[in-house]
Amino acid sequence: MSREPFRTVTGAAAPLLRPNLDTDVIIRIDRMVSTRPAALAPFAFEAIRYCADGSDNPDFALNHDRFRGAPILIGGPNFGCGSSREPAVWAIMGLGIRCIVAPSFGDIFRANCHQNGLLPIVLEETDVADLAAVAASGAPVTVDLQAQRVTASERVWCFTIGANQRVALLDGLDDLDLALRDLDGIRTWEHADRELRPWAWITTRPGKRSTA
Amino acid sequence: MSASTLFDKIWDAHVVRELDDGWSLLHIDRHLLHDLSGPPAMVELRKRGLEVHDPDLVFATPDHLVSSAANRTIDSNEFGGAMWSALRDEAERSGIRMFDLGTVGQGIVHVTGPEEGIVLPGLTVICGDSHTCTNGALGALAFGVGTSQSTQALATQVLAQARPRQLRISIDGTLAAHVTAKDVALALIGRFGASAGAGFAIEYAGPVVEAMEMDARLTLCNLTVELGAKFGLVAPDSTTVAWVRGRRFAPAGAEWQRAIDAWAKLVTDPDAVFDRDEVVDATTIGPFVTWGTSPEHAIAIDDVVPDPAGASDTRQRESWQAALDYMGLRAGEPIAGTPVDWVFIGSCANSRLSDLRAAARVVEGRAVASGVSAWVVPGSEVVRRDAEAEGLDAVFRAAGFEWRLPGCSMCVAANGERVPPGARCVSTSNRNFVGRQGPGARTHLASPVTAAAAAIAGRLVDVRCA
Ligand code: SF4
Repeated sequence: MSREPFRTVTGAAAPLLRPNLDTDVIIRIDRMVSTRPAALAPFAFEAIRYCADGSDNPDFALNHDRFRGAPILIGGPNFGCGSSREPAVWAIMGLGIRCIVAPSFGDIFRANCHQNGLLPIVLEETDVADLAAVAASGAPVTVDLQAQRVTASERVWCFTIGANQRVALLDGLDDLDLALRDLDGIRTWEHADRELRPWAWITTRPGKRSTA
Repeated sequence: MSASTLFDKIWDAHVVRELDDGWSLLHIDRHLLHDLSGPPAMVELRKRGLEVHDPDLVFATPDHLVSSAANRTIDSNEFGGAMWSALRDEAERSGIRMFDLGTVGQGIVHVTGPEEGIVLPGLTVICGDSHTCTNGALGALAFGVGTSQSTQALATQVLAQARPRQLRISIDGTLAAHVTAKDVALALIGRFGASAGAGFAIEYAGPVVEAMEMDARLTLCNLTVELGAKFGLVAPDSTTVAWVRGRRFAPAGAEWQRAIDAWAKLVTDPDAVFDRDEVVDATTIGPFVTWGTSPEHAIAIDDVVPDPAGASDTRQRESWQAALDYMGLRAGEPIAGTPVDWVFIGSCANSRLSDLRAAARVVEGRAVASGVSAWVVPGSEVVRRDAEAEGLDAVFRAAGFEWRLPGCSMCVAANGERVPPGARCVSTSNRNFVGRQGPGARTHLASPVTAAAAAIAGRLVDVRCA
């Protein structure tokens, strides 16, 4: 199954700069009732997006007209830390976001972004602050994955991303399809490993060990 | 050959194929499923017309959504029954072992994996859960994954991973009485910050870690992800080997000898170099609690709630202020003395037998303060049975605690067991995020002995003086 390829994205970039924004806040555990981004979107950032009475919280950037529907999010340090829940990525994508720029990400969240074609970009904290300042008016920001550049109001920030991940994003490739191509190599490795580390294997089904 | 770290040795032994850019296709030796993240991965696998590559390496148990009530059934909460059925059906269909309610092996997945000998030193282990790092306590390379990667590993038994940078945290000195692995972990997160470990694998070393029993190492490694790292590990030693021996899925006979010979090599070479090396003096660590909404908001129990005016920059000031507002605390006030409404002793951080024993010693012969609801939720069916055999349940009950059945329960409130909005809970779990224990719930993370002391006093107290 392939995804929509990622080339460039242009649009408003909404600031959500609080540090350590965890995935529990991105999507509450009892809202994870679907794997569809559109179904999860109403619950994205619920705890900070709405007031107690259910109205929009004016302090939440995506509630401002200039950032509604923004395809880019600017995050604080350790964005997406905490729980490994992939619905956090789906909920964010449900809002139409394709790219998040932050000084650092939770490692598992970042991996989940790549699995879904949501581009996580790491910039220095000062660069993130500069970008947020430029983007504060709602001015368009362009993210070019091929060139590995973020541009806005004639400013340019360069980023780097692993070659494999860049190709996967550009081509919309799915890791599972890639791994399935390795099945022969995996079986060969497993065969050898059963000799090397017999203690590491659990075998219950009759006939299975004879393949080792 | 150049010197390697413990992490390198395990990693290198699992590379099926090198990819570009420092990435490797790693073989996954064990895959654990729970009722929240297991079913979506299994369903996705089926949607794609794929089969489980090696069901013998996959284990399932319901923990997140099951009720912890004494009379529980699979349907005792809204969401749980359907997810339990999905997990069971998918496990049956694929030939995956599932440890069901009331049977040995059921419990919080990170408690039962090691307990059953499913997780062993030198293995790679994944689970759709960030606290999979807990298993690193055995010297395993264990990490959390999302649904997509869980599906991939079910289908292929491999995952593409980038080799992380490496951080060693050596803990020198000795721990004082009533100071536990949980306090060490909170002190580390408070000192280094919740993102210090991002992009790193952390090896815990030094005399304090070497002296720790297995349960304590599991607690320490459990909170690694709250330091921002997805892997935490401790080199296997004689404590580990003695602990693993004889467990249900541990190697036996001739394979046992081969296993312990292999495990003996799983140490960081003396001249190996880490990307970052930190040494912490444990004699400076007392009981710790959190005051805010990130585990890095951790302070010593005899400290005062920090003042946002003293924050390092505007953003930190705003986030501290938001945390104080959410928690209903005032800057500059001593954290000890803060009245509490709930006490939760449980979770994969602190629900093992030694945790319950330590808490029971504090509680014995005393009574939970009036107005406080206090729960003990053992981490697994085995812990429950062992604790009851020792009479710990009776000690807790006599003091006014509820003694409940194993699962995640109020750590994450996914099963509907919530701390009410605005109520303040001292919890032995690992996350004090906004809404983690229920919308509006206020969480103070602490060790089991500190939580037990809070239940008795009805407020946060220094367990050393309680
Ligand atoms: S006890 Fe809490 S942290 Fe541990 S696996 Fe369950 S929900 Fe997650």
